[in-house]
Amino acid sequence: MNAPQTLSRWSTPGSSRVPFWAYTDAQLYQRELEKIFYGAHWCYVGLEVEIPNLGDFKLAWVGERQVIMVRDRKKPAGKLESDPDSGIRVVENRCAHRGVRFCQKPQGNARSFVCPYHQWTYKLNGELAGLPFKDGVKDGECVNGGMPADFDIKQHGLTQLRVAVLHGLVFATFSDDTESLAEYLGPQVMPWLDRIFKGRQLTLLGYNRQRIPGNWKLMMENIKDPYHPGLLHTWFVTFGLWRADQKSRMVMDAQGRHAVMISRRNEGGQNAAVTEGVTSFKANMTLHDARLLDVVPEPWWTIDDPSNPGSDITPTVTMITLFPSLIIQQQVNSLSTRHIVPRGEGEFDFIWTHFGFADDTPEMTRRRLRQANLFGPAGFVSADDGEVIELSQDGFRQWGEEGATLCELGGTGTGPTEHMVTETLIRSMYAYWKRVMSV
Amino acid sequence: MSSERLLLQLEIDQLNADYAAALDEKRFDDWPLFFTADGKYTVQGRENFDRGLPLALIALESQGMMKDRVYGVTQTIYHAPYYTRHVISPARVLAQEGSLVTAQSNYAVFRTRPGDSSEVYNVGRYIDEIVRTEAGLRFASRLCVYDSEMILNSLIYPI
Repeated sequence: MNAPQTLSRWSTPGSSRVPFWAYTDAQLYQRELEKIFYGAHWCYVGLEVEIPNLGDFKLAWVGERQVIMVRDRKKPAGKLESDPDSGIRVVENRCAHRGVRFCQKPQGNARSFVCPYHQWTYKLNGELAGLPFKDGVKDGECVNGGMPADFDIKQHGLTQLRVAVLHGLVFATFSDDTESLAEYLGPQVMPWLDRIFKGRQLTLLGYNRQRIPGNWKLMMENIKDPYHPGLLHTWFVTFGLWRADQKSRMVMDAQGRHAVMISRRNEGGQNAAVTEGVTSFKANMTLHDARLLDVVPEPWWTIDDPSNPGSDITPTVTMITLFPSLIIQQQVNSLSTRHIVPRGEGEFDFIWTHFGFADDTPEMTRRRLRQANLFGPAGFVSADDGEVIELSQDGFRQWGEEGATLCELGGTGTGPTEHMVTETLIRSMYAYWKRVMSV
Repeated sequence: MSSERLLLQLEIDQLNADYAAALDEKRFDDWPLFFTADGKYTVQGRENFDRGLPLALIALESQGMMKDRVYGVTQTIYHAPYYTRHVISPARVLAQEGSLVTAQSNYAVFRTRPGDSSEVYNVGRYIDEIVRTEAGLRFASRLCVYDSEMILNSLIYPI
């Protein structure tokens, strides 16, 4: 595809003014799919626990391409880049014969994949196992038809993506050039993934799915914007789950594409200095049923502080954004992955997968499920995120070439901070995005 | 069908009609009153329900939690304005044990936003446990299992 002429039109210096066309240009979006989702990036496809048994599969997405995450036999050590082999494969849901998206079940168990159109049959790892009439059909002494003599069955499997599994999180990439997953994520982000996942067996609690009429990047921005919850999400402010004065840290990887917002809840109620002028604050709000906020600290919340060796840190909230399409949420006892699936420049699907740990007590499981009321498409504090994203996209659409968002809280730089009154993470993501997209 | 059973079904249909009217007329404070004090209200995607996965979109375990939800719906959750129209099928009475009746009905909820056409918002079935109280029939449990694979952005008002 020819690169659109218009892409070099980002005229302001830095990344603190994001032009509206970055969210509305259909050609630019196609280039994002190529450069980002199908380029040298690791994209989230699911949790290992979703496919526990041999042959278990589920449909997933990398950009707009549908893929199948499946559990295959493990290969002997040393044959694959990841050693030991996880046994997890990711193949494209597109038949090598006539391009049919052959798998229609969202999840299930299979011994092989068969395309319904002409019965091309694939192994779980995507290799072509066989096809009808390959050697033609006998008619007496004659053989009619069949594939050419030089047809090599090994050359006609499904697209096999590279797969990397970290602590039960499964990532895939179409590109041979993507660095190892550990390098891709970087040492700044890794301790925060280790904190939640390392050495623990996950349990699957279920899914929530929403379709949001906005550009996919707006969801990443929303989670990289740490101070809006104290304004938009009245619920958060009132119960102290998120307020502009709480201890917070903004961490990012060396390239500025991934980030962690680390925070500790305060005790709720009013702090005059930070709630002054916040019209959404409801000073007299109390719960009729306190079980909705029955927060119980968990031992794994406390870790050695990666920034201050020798001292502890005990965040109650960590929101991890892994570019381009994964958000990992720890909000007190509620844990989820949130997967962004782009559907054109003006729409994306947002898939929430809530999880717990295999050693959770029944009480802790109930607690996680209760706190799930706060999040998701109907959540007390996240339904409004989808709504404002839709309203943002509406605003971009009604303006021409010259409009831009303004992300200058905390300046125009892209460094880490020890507070949340900043839009530095958004700026750092766009600084990276500009490099990848050559705009 | 016995006349007693017929009467029961009519009563449940009337309960559903009153429930729908309260929501569609935005009388949200009335909504928890359709439940018993420890009544449960759950909205769950069909995929979770069918697979036995416990996560729900909304899971409220008491009238108090429902009041908290109403407060959120009317006071704290920011959203673009819309109103709903519920269309509920006649109930199927599935079981009756003492004062507890199990019934199911199908629902379709349409959403209309100012300046926009109406759209199909959420479609599914109610799986209800209904008890007779001094005040009339009340839900001990209402489980809304929705077929709609995607929530259209957000779901604010009760289903």
